[in-house]
Amino acid sequence: MSIMEIIGGILIIIGSIFLFLGSLGILRMPDIYNRIQAGTKATTLGAMSLILGVGFLEPSWLLKILIIIIFIAYSNPLSSHALARAMYKRKWYPLIKGDPEKMDAYREVNTNKEKEEVKS
Amino acid sequence: MVYILFIALFFMVVGLIFAAIRFIKGPTAGDRVVALDTLTTIGVAGMVLLAYVFERFIYLDVSLVYGVLGFIGVIVIARYLEGAL
Repeated sequence: MSIMEIIGGILIIIGSIFLFLGSLGILRMPDIYNRIQAGTKATTLGAMSLILGVGFLEPSWLLKILIIIIFIAYSNPLSSHALARAMYKRKWYPLIKGDPEKMDAYREVNTNKEKEEVKS
Repeated sequence: MVYILFIALFFMVVGLIFAAIRFIKGPTAGDRVVALDTLTTIGVAGMVLLAYVFERFIYLDVSLVYGVLGFIGVIVIARYLEGAL
């Protein structure tokens, strides 16, 4: 085994473990925002690492593999952001279980804006 | 080398099963869309890995187009849920 194959194999194992952990987070997390967080961040890192590992194993494919990595790196956070914004606009608020330390600052700003609009 | 590919494919198939359970079970529409996004990303990574296993360069194009279509689908469903479409 050459040094490139060893690096590629390690990257492939790391990427597949991160993909598995992302799916486990999707299954186990209690709230939709936690699910978006787990299922998008871990999956982005896992897919990028695994595809880069394949690029180390087969160096003549490296250009197209870099294109796929750049596409995943910009498309995956964008879709998760649009989805979280859509669920917030549908008044599906984050889960806060009676803890005074936690607060939803964005919701307070929005309700204050709505009150000012109603007054004026 | 073959064992590494088998271990990676095993982890990815277990991840696909977990995401599919959430896709079937999810209480709201947003959960299902998140599960669909995860399924698409794991599918793109799996197609690149299968391109190395089968020594076919053309599968990289297939995985890139699949990623683009999944991204557009998630954006369109999110805009629809937001009520802007």
